[in-house]
Amino acid sequence: MKADIRVALVGNPNTGKSTLFNALTGLNQKIGNFPGVTVDKKTGYCSLPDGRQAEIVDLPGTYSLYPKSRDESIVFSVLADRKSTHTPDLVVVILDASNLKRNLLLYTQVADLKIPVIVALNMMDLAKSGGITIDVNAFAKKLGVHVVPIAARKLEGIDKLKEAISYASKLALQENTIDVSTIAPQLIAQIGEEMQIENPYFALQLAHQHEHLTFLSGTESDRIEELEHIHFFHSQKAQATETIARYNYINDLLYDTVHKAESADSETVSNRIDKVLTHKVFGFIIFFAILMFMFQAIFAWSAYPMGLIEDLFVWVEGLVHDHLPAGPLTNLLSDGVLSGLSGVMVFIPQIAILFAFISILEDTGYMARVTFMMDKLMRKVGLNGKSVVPLIGGFACAVPSIMSTRTIENWKDRMITIMVTPLVTCSARLPIYTLMIALVVPNKNVWWIFNWQGLALTAMYVLSLVSAVVVAFVMKLILKGRERGYFIMELPVYRMPRWNNVLLTMYDRSKAFVVQAGKVIIAVSVILWVLASYGPGNRFERIDQKYSKPEYTKTVPAADLKHIIASEKLENSYAGVLGHAMEPAIRPLGFDWKIGIALITSFAAREVFVGTMATIYSVDGDADNIQSVQQKMGSAKNPQTGQPVFTVAVAFSLMMFYAFAMQCASTVATVYRETKDWRWPAAQFAYMTVLAYVISFITYQLLK
Amino acid sequence: MKLSQLKVGSKGIVKEFTDLEMSIKLMEMGCLPGEEIKVERIAPMGDPIAINVAGYQLSLRMREASTIILL
Repeated sequence: MKADIRVALVGNPNTGKSTLFNALTGLNQKIGNFPGVTVDKKTGYCSLPDGRQAEIVDLPGTYSLYPKSRDESIVFSVLADRKSTHTPDLVVVILDASNLKRNLLLYTQVADLKIPVIVALNMMDLAKSGGITIDVNAFAKKLGVHVVPIAARKLEGIDKLKEAISYASKLALQENTIDVSTIAPQLIAQIGEEMQIENPYFALQLAHQHEHLTFLSGTESDRIEELEHIHFFHSQKAQATETIARYNYINDLLYDTVHKAESADSETVSNRIDKVLTHKVFGFIIFFAILMFMFQAIFAWSAYPMGLIEDLFVWVEGLVHDHLPAGPLTNLLSDGVLSGLSGVMVFIPQIAILFAFISILEDTGYMARVTFMMDKLMRKVGLNGKSVVPLIGGFACAVPSIMSTRTIENWKDRMITIMVTPLVTCSARLPIYTLMIALVVPNKNVWWIFNWQGLALTAMYVLSLVSAVVVAFVMKLILKGRERGYFIMELPVYRMPRWNNVLLTMYDRSKAFVVQAGKVIIAVSVILWVLASYGPGNRFERIDQKYSKPEYTKTVPAADLKHIIASEKLENSYAGVLGHAMEPAIRPLGFDWKIGIALITSFAAREVFVGTMATIYSVDGDADNIQSVQQKMGSAKNPQTGQPVFTVAVAFSLMMFYAFAMQCASTVATVYRETKDWRWPAAQFAYMTVLAYVISFITYQLLK
Repeated sequence: MKLSQLKVGSKGIVKEFTDLEMSIKLMEMGCLPGEEIKVERIAPMGDPIAINVAGYQLSLRMREASTIILL
């Protein structure tokens, strides 16, 4: 879509910026990437009253143009990069009317860049009930810009704002706020002269931020650095001077435009809720109760839609087999691409439900309290209060959880969180655990309500959290921090969740997961399909010949014969040959070549394991036929000893292997995408594989 | 007196900061010299604390609170 005007949305976190974005664009939005960095770029389109199309870009929420996290660092880059095609024609600064003073800091910074600005004054209703009266006309006059009062949640004032956007001038009309050039006069003058920059604040920002601005060339950046030394520029001191000057301006501005009624120190509703939710005892009890409810819901509510998705794929695979000519291409489509795709799609319900919960917890302001309560505990093991969110998300899927670590400002804390998140039991491990536990753990109750199988499963979940904490602690000792950690965070007032927003988040995250994980899984499942469907030399032909002899076709029923052929072909395929080749290495863990094949095929995604086991033990159908896979595997005997293959030792060793091994190509790809350095995913893969091998070895040798 | 020494429920007025880097971050969040601060609560494990400043709630660690000197 071609836009007539490009508008950037800027504002503090918790000001209703994304509510406004949704109100302006509706479903007409997409998430992409800002060029060169992995920060989500939300863009949408909005029709203006005069018939023109406006492209709206939602920039990450920030308190100032000086970035504290990776997401925030994009804001100045987008506003300042005048050569780029993404440069906005207009900036809409959204201000929280109930907290104008702090919100205005960012406004004055943006205004001084001299890009045309409009102010959207949000939460007027909240300000009014808090005893704050704002003389909007006087306020707008002093700033020199159009100020539109809105209530984004109630969709009030949105049309007025669209009108204001369509009438916006191409010229920056706002009044100057502070005299920027007094902060570092010679430096600003010289940068301005050498790089032809007229705006003094732009020059000053370049001096502060040149190191991480992608639109500056290396020589330009070096020259700025040189000039800073010549003029004794001290970035932090200059920033402090600037901030104090800006607040002086803001105090003058607010003095006769905003009046706050002196209120008695009454206890707010939010405060009363906090007394319970962050209470020493109840706080933790409530938090764990919410977590328990979340997991119950993720598993219980997703069962039905997951079944539907699986059925849908079985049906489509059937259609492909029935209507396309038989041959390798049809097999590739149905057994390679479609089964790979269904392995991805089947997790959509769990991911959508998980993100619904996370977005509700964040929207209401509860997540900030969890961060507040857990910070000290998490810090002891090298994590951060903000690591709680990704770790909880890890129970569903590591991919979106690793993406959510971007809010962690501290580099070291963020890296450790990324490194340990894949240890948390994700939903892809669940089918393996349920299969193995059903095989070797008796389905009996202990005490009243506890069931041995349920306890075993719970133990696997607890183990995953414990291992994440232990690894985090070790990494805290190994990694060197680049910067000081700090934890200055707004605790927003409690609010009702915005259901629209929850639905949009479910949709966005599921889509991101399908697109990102889908690409990798399809590619790898095609490769694995080739490995499992072809064998070296003419082995396959000989198998076909062997079983076409009358002694087989006469005595063995056709269906059984088909399974026998399939499983013998798998043994002789490239995957089977690999399985045999790796058997000596995995024998100490209690695994045979058949499990070896499953380890290879589930390399890209853990959930493939059950499907492979189904094929090897020649069971009709696929993963949803767990009952019969279980029976076949339960009755499988070791040909040499005559003992069952799946003993308690083997089953637990296998579970330990999947608990620790990084059997997930999507996670590897995501970690690379988030860290932009192959050494991180490589290190993660290495440590997890070693850990998996050692712990499986110990488990098998102890239980054998 | 440092902010970290203030008891829950009591108030103080910011006088100055002992750490330049922290002061920039705190000032950006509206925690400026002259502002009144009230300690709202302390996290269950004794750290961080939640304060009321400039009409909203801010959480910060004890170590950060100790860089704020009160009048």
